[in-house]
This record gives sequence, structure tokens and C-alpha cells, in this order.
Amino acid sequence: MKKPAKPEVREEDFQHPVDMQEELAMFDHPQNVKRLLYGFFTCVVLLLGIDLFYHKHAIFPWEEFFGFYSVYGFVACVVLVLVAKYILRPLVMRKEDYYD
Amino acid sequence: MINALPPAVILILGALPVPFLRGKAKAAWMLLLPVVSFLNLLAIPEGTHWTAGFMDYELVFGQVDRLSLIFGYIFHLISFISILYALHVEDDVQNVAGLVYAGAALGVTFAGDFFTLFVFWEMLTISATFLILARRTPAALGAGFRYFMVHVAGGLCLLAGIVLHVQQTGTAAFGFVGLDGLASTLIFIGVGVNCAWPLLHPWLTDAYPEATITGTIFLSAFTTKTAIYVLARAFPGTEELIWIGTAMAAFPIFYAVIENDLRRVLAYSLINQVGFMVVGIGIGTALAINGAVAHAFNDILFKGLLFMTMGAVMYRTGKINATDLGGLYRSMPWTCTFCIVGAASISAFPLFSGFVSKSMVMEAAAHGNLRLVWFVLLFASAGVFHHAGIKIPFFAFFSHDSGLRCKEAPRHMLLAMGIAAVLCIFIGSFPQFLYSLLPFATDYQPYTASHVIAQTQLLFFSALAFTLLLLSGIYPAEIRSVNIDADWFYRKGGRLFYGLADKACNGLNSWGDRVLVKLVPGLLARFFEEPGGNIQKHGVRLLAEATGEGADLGTTEDRIERRSRTAAYPVGGGVLLAVLFLAVMSLLFFL
Repeated sequence: MKKPAKPEVREEDFQHPVDMQEELAMFDHPQNVKRLLYGFFTCVVLLLGIDLFYHKHAIFPWEEFFGFYSVYGFVACVVLVLVAKYILRPLVMRKEDYYD
Repeated sequence: MINALPPAVILILGALPVPFLRGKAKAAWMLLLPVVSFLNLLAIPEGTHWTAGFMDYELVFGQVDRLSLIFGYIFHLISFISILYALHVEDDVQNVAGLVYAGAALGVTFAGDFFTLFVFWEMLTISATFLILARRTPAALGAGFRYFMVHVAGGLCLLAGIVLHVQQTGTAAFGFVGLDGLASTLIFIGVGVNCAWPLLHPWLTDAYPEATITGTIFLSAFTTKTAIYVLARAFPGTEELIWIGTAMAAFPIFYAVIENDLRRVLAYSLINQVGFMVVGIGIGTALAINGAVAHAFNDILFKGLLFMTMGAVMYRTGKINATDLGGLYRSMPWTCTFCIVGAASISAFPLFSGFVSKSMVMEAAAHGNLRLVWFVLLFASAGVFHHAGIKIPFFAFFSHDSGLRCKEAPRHMLLAMGIAAVLCIFIGSFPQFLYSLLPFATDYQPYTASHVIAQTQLLFFSALAFTLLLLSGIYPAEIRSVNIDADWFYRKGGRLFYGLADKACNGLNSWGDRVLVKLVPGLLARFFEEPGGNIQKHGVRLLAEATGEGADLGTTEDRIERRSRTAAYPVGGGVLLAVLFLAVMSLLFFL
């Protein structure tokens, strides 16, 4: 088959050696990551707290339980990851050249 | 008659001169095509246009109503964005295939009869295959071939259904079909292949990550969404669709969590999103159909946006596996920002587009009192945030520093991503523009305090789960691997079939070669070297065996051979014997 006139990925766009003198970016500073995490945890707590203070328009009765969506979201993701890691992965994972 | 052209014509015919244009003229021409085609579409009033007789049936190239129009609008929009994104591509196979592909999707959308629909349906398959083959790697050639085979099989199923359906109803008009009997079931399954239903889906996760960087943007927009359109017109309210859609929404997220190739993660999440639409069509109420169509509209934009950002990463770094990437927020800040917008949209964050359409489907399920479906969809909503919302941006742009320092994406790519990102936020913030285009009138209000808080809680606690699992090391490490899926059956099955066919056919072949080509002609050749001598030798040998007097066999054979080589036969004696024999035979016969 004919090769395209220009390859889509050009050599000069590839990896450049890391410049050790380069300025550290925002998330290279551990304290920035820590701040971000604390901010996030605060939001999470606030969101759960808000549950007490507003009127819910629920269609199903369980939607009115305290923190239903919070708990469901958390549990769903933990179940998702555990099932994917401990059940699905051993079942379906093969070496990269499995089909070759 | 009106002066506009059938919607599919401009893009498909406009693709023809593309290989003959160069440089800026080509770029301008390709960008102009969807714009002109869109203006053309605006000039077409609702109703039925461009009908032509075909045998005893009527072909309709322009069935224009609110349902087909909204798909027409978004297909034009994403065509423009995709072409802008692909401006650097000088490979005309991709340019032509992309335009024809978009045109074919419009053809399906505005087809008013099954024959027209089928022709454009097959055109989708063929042009899409070229978008995959154009990558020109062995993996892409294999994936393209499998894609083609699966869709041809699906197309034949559809065709069989159409033929039966037309036979039974006496009309080829494309409208509500409903699931009853063999004909409609065949149509249903044929459409289901393109819709990537569970077990029929692996063509999607197999082919999209192997297609060219720009080809995948086109692919993610058209095939599954035209199938959604056809389902919405032909099978609204079909209960089976609710369960098919629920399965579609749920199972891919497990795969997405352990998948390493980020474009394949997006392909799985595409199936997950299409699941929401299929559920909506299955429920079939006005709210549900509206939700399905609105979600298709939004998904084309945000899934396109996510594929574009991953394409840009791949274009600049040559890598797409999560194991190879990370820390790219330094060198590709704009792409990173657009990726986060796409991720927020697909996860249905308030103020982003997914929120205003996904909640319609969820609410329709709740009003239908479909409890299990509702729970699974909620699970899928949390899951999609987990893999598409967090995993994609996190592993590509943050995570550990891969040491890759590349340039920011080219300007035209940034522009394309920017347009899609702005639209995602615009639709999410001002949903009434999208709602006014929906097939049914609606006064749906997504922004109630209840909705917003519930959704935000769901997403933040999903993120919390991700954070805690990652910090504690439980989150599955990215591993270079292949995860087998339903495509195992036709990949391995194909190989098994090939192996069996190889054994059977090539075995027969080599036996034929051994016996008929080498053995028999060899024997015949040796025999006819001296036929007379060979017969005599054989006779002498038989005689010797029978009488047990083989003493002078060697000398007799030598004599025979010498005689036959020098052709010193007593011919007269032989002739005399033959004449006598004939005389005796005739006497016996006549007397």
C-alpha cells in the first residue's frame, strides 16, 4: 500500500530530554497537591452537610435518605474498581501479543 | 419543487474534487463543504422531498421533520469541527472517506424509504473502513478488515429484514416498525450491530483505537448515532431496548477501568453513553425520546472533544497508553483544559452539556418506575465519571511525570477542540437552545436545587473513591495488556476456522498434488516409455510367480527390454495372431 506523503507523527515532536534546570510546574510541588486535596476533602464534607438544609424533590422514597447520592456514588466506584481489578482483570487480561 | 439539494449530496459529491486540490485551496474547499451543506439544509422546509419511482416503490431522499433535522444539525456541526481538526492531513484517502462518511450519515438521517436507507447505510460501512485502513499499520489493517466483515454481516441482516418487511407491508416507507415477527427482528438486529449492542459491540472497541488520529473523530460521531436515529424512528417504546441499553451502560465501565489504551477507554465509554440513549428510546415517552436525542447531540460533541484531545496527545507524543503518558499538563495546557471540559461534560457536571440530557433519561426511567434500570444507570453515571471523567485527564496530563516534553497541539486542532468545548459549556449553561430543537416540545427543567446537589454529590463522592483508592494503592495499576472481549469469538473463531479450512482444503490440495500431479503421471510416463515391453515383463513376472519357475526371469526381462528398445518385434506374427483371433470371434458370433 502507498505510504502517506507525510507521516502523521513527526520525529521532532517526539520526546525531548527533560531539562533538569526547568522550572517546577504547579503540581510538582507536593504542598500544592496537598492543598488541592484538602480543598477537595472540604468540598466533599460541605456537600454532605448541605443534605440537611434543602428540600428534596424525590421521585423514589430512598432519594430522601440522608446522603443517598453521596454514599451511592462512593460505594458504586469502590465496587466498580474492586470488581474490575479482582474479578474482570484475572478473567480477561492477556499479554499484549495475545492475538498476534 | 424547492431549489435546495438533497442533504447528503453536497458532502458526498464535494469529496470528489478533493484529491485534485492542493494546499490552502483544499483546506478552504473542505471547510466550506459542511457550511454550504448546512445552509442548504436550512433551506429545506419540513416535509417529504425528492421522491422517485423505483420498481413499484417510491424512493424518498428527503424526509425532513424535527427528529431528522436535529441529527442533521449536529452531523453538520461535527463534520465542520472534524474537518478543521484534520486540516493537516494530506492523505486523501482519509479526506475523501471522512467527507463521504459524513454525507452517508446525512443520507441515512433524511432517508424516507428503506432502500435509500440501506444504500447510505452500506456507504457508511465502506467509508468508515477506509478511515481505519488509512492508518496503514498491521493492527489497523486487521481491525479494518474485522470492522468491514462485522458491518457487512449486520448490513445483510438488515437487508433481509427490509426485503421481508417490504414484502409483508407492501410499502418501503421508512417509519415506525415496532418489534413483531421475523422481518422487524432482522431489521432490529441489523441496526443493533451499528448501535454496538452488547456482544455485537467489539467492532467498536477493536477498530476505533486502531483508526487514524483524525479518523476516530469522524467515527465516534456517525455510525452509532445514525443507528440511534434509526432506532428512535423505527423502534421507540420497544421494551427490549430498555434492557439492552441498561447492559450497554453498565458493562463497558468495568473494562474501561482496567484498559491501558486511552482511546480504547473512550471507545468503551462511548458504548456506555449510547446505552443511556438506547434506554431512552426503549422507554419511549416524549421526555425519554427527547432525552435520548439530546444526549446523542451532546455525546457527539463531548466524545468528539475527548477523542480530539487524546488524538492531539497521540499526534505530539506518538503514545496513547496510560503507562507511557503523564505530566503533559506542562507542555499541552490548552489540550489539558479542553480535555477537562470534555470530561466534565461526559460526567454530567452541572453547567456542562451531559448534565442537561442525561438527567432527562434518568428522570424518564424514574417516572416509568423502572427501579432496577434507574439504579444501574445511576451506577453507570458514577462509573463514567470514574473512567472518562477522571482516568482520561489524570493519566494523560497529571499522574507521574513521563518526562515527555512536546509542543502544544497545532493551532487548527486547538481551534476545533475549543469550538467543541465552548459548545459543551454553552449547551450545559443554556439548555433551552438545545431543548427548542428536540422532536417533542418540552418544558423540562434540569437546574433544580435537588438535581444539581444530588448530581454534584454523586460525582464528588465518586472522585473521593478514586482519590482514596489511588492513595491507598488499591487502584489497579496500568498494565500493558490485551483485555479479551466478545471479539475473542470471531478473532479466535476466525483463526480456528482458518486453521480447519487450512487443514481440510490445503490437505486435499496437497493430496491431489501428490497423487494426481506427481504419482500418477510419473507412473503413466514410465509405463508409456515402452508399453509393449512393460506389459510383457509384467506378464512374465506373473507367470513366474504362478509357476514358481523364476530361474531365468532376469535373462527373459533383459531380452524383452532389448527387443522393445530396438523395436525388433516380430510384427508379422502379431498381426497373424490378431487376424486369427478376429476370424475365430466372427465365426463364433455368426454361427
